Amino acid sequence: MAEIVALVDYGAGNLHSVANALKAAGCDGVTVTVDPSVVRAADRIVLPGVGNFKACAESLRAIPHLIEAMEERVLIGAAPFLGICVGMQLLASRGVEHGITQGLGWIPGEVRLIEPADPAIKIPHMGWNDVALPSHGPGADVLDPGEAYFLHSYHFVPEDGHMIAAMTDHGGGIVAAVARDNLVGVQFHPEKSQSYGLETLARFLQWKP
Amino acid sequence: MTVRVRVIPCLDVANGRVVKGVNFVDLKDAGDPVEQARAYDAAGADELCFLDITASHEARGTLLDVVRRTAEVCFMPLTVGGGVRTVGDARELLLAGADKVAVNSAAVSRPEVVSDIAEKMGSQCIVASVDARRVSEGRWEIFTHGGRKATGIDAVEHAVRLAQLGAGELLVTSMDGDGTKAGYDLALTRTIADAVSVPVIASGGVGTLDHLVEGVTQGHASAVLAASIFHFGTYTIAEAHAALRAAGISARG
Repeated sequence: MAEIVALVDYGAGNLHSVANALKAAGCDGVTVTVDPSVVRAADRIVLPGVGNFKACAESLRAIPHLIEAMEERVLIGAAPFLGICVGMQLLASRGVEHGITQGLGWIPGEVRLIEPADPAIKIPHMGWNDVALPSHGPGADVLDPGEAYFLHSYHFVPEDGHMIAAMTDHGGGIVAAVARDNLVGVQFHPEKSQSYGLETLARFLQWKP
Repeated sequence: MTVRVRVIPCLDVANGRVVKGVNFVDLKDAGDPVEQARAYDAAGADELCFLDITASHEARGTLLDVVRRTAEVCFMPLTVGGGVRTVGDARELLLAGADKVAVNSAAVSRPEVVSDIAEKMGSQCIVASVDARRVSEGRWEIFTHGGRKATGIDAVEHAVRLAQLGAGELLVTSMDGDGTKAGYDLALTRTIADAVSVPVIASGGVGTLDHLVEGVTQGHASAVLAASIFHFGTYTIAEAHAALRAAGISARG
């Protein structure tokens, strides 16, 4: 039987693109859902997100028992979890976009505005950029070095550098991915990163942390 | 390395079919947008842009269907423009599978539509179009209706305002250059790119690979858009990337 991959639909954007990409990466069991009982029973969980941290965090919190179900399945049940873009940023303790908002706090840290010293560096950070892996970093079973599509103005600054799974560069170092245990979060959009992105999703779907 | 300069093929779409205007007048039918999109995805285009030039109310369903079918087979960022007047129009396109919407004439008559969309959907999904013609040395004006109608609005001031209202990037098209293959209006592109903190896409007039390079080196653009040179097979995406890299510009490939 195909694994159930719960793609969490909390009204935060490009759900169909992520669903299409998961299917193209070989997933037969994508379930777009906002139902906590489906999340509790899922084999894997994917949290997408576009737009701003505050709006996404509030939308997620507005769904009764959803966060509890995710915590139960991911933090206690150890189901593999993938956060994408704002879905990755939500792993942080807090975001400062449009006022301070609490995140899930699964990976301690803060989501801050990218402020390059060079005024010629454009914000948002938009386009294809490196995904560079540290040696002995976490998440290496899911991530490969390569080029992926980024689109964001805020970036995740984890408190513990050992949870940085990949870096990129945009007028200074930007965290491209975070990971620990059964969690991985990517700042880039695998669903928009052509073969590199589909291969990343395929590895996540096979991941046995 | 830093973020790559994006090479963006643009498909003009009318009634669900790909067309390319030469100076917006003679239209040649050249196929199915979904097939074209799939080919550009396979060729490694950095993004893709659909501009719906019919944008009549009746054709809306056809466009949404094209966007939906494209999103099923293409795993690259897709911008869709044409006829986006309200938050509702933008939402419809994003839900169908567009990653960004381009707002053009509505942002001339009511620039606040940009902040409306930014607040609801985020700046990252709004591309604000700046369609300009040179009216005197160092001065450009916004034109509407495919470049036929002057508005009296200063193009650079308008561009700065759109960025302040929350546009995530600006698509700067020289209506003088469009379809001519004579190259971008580099002074226009550079003046706007230097005045805003968001990325600028250069558009209008590409005939050679050197034009793409100039758009970056002299126009200070973060992305280069072209239509017919790719569409009619004059150059490939890989050749465009190689030309940029040969000029010392960060590009994929």
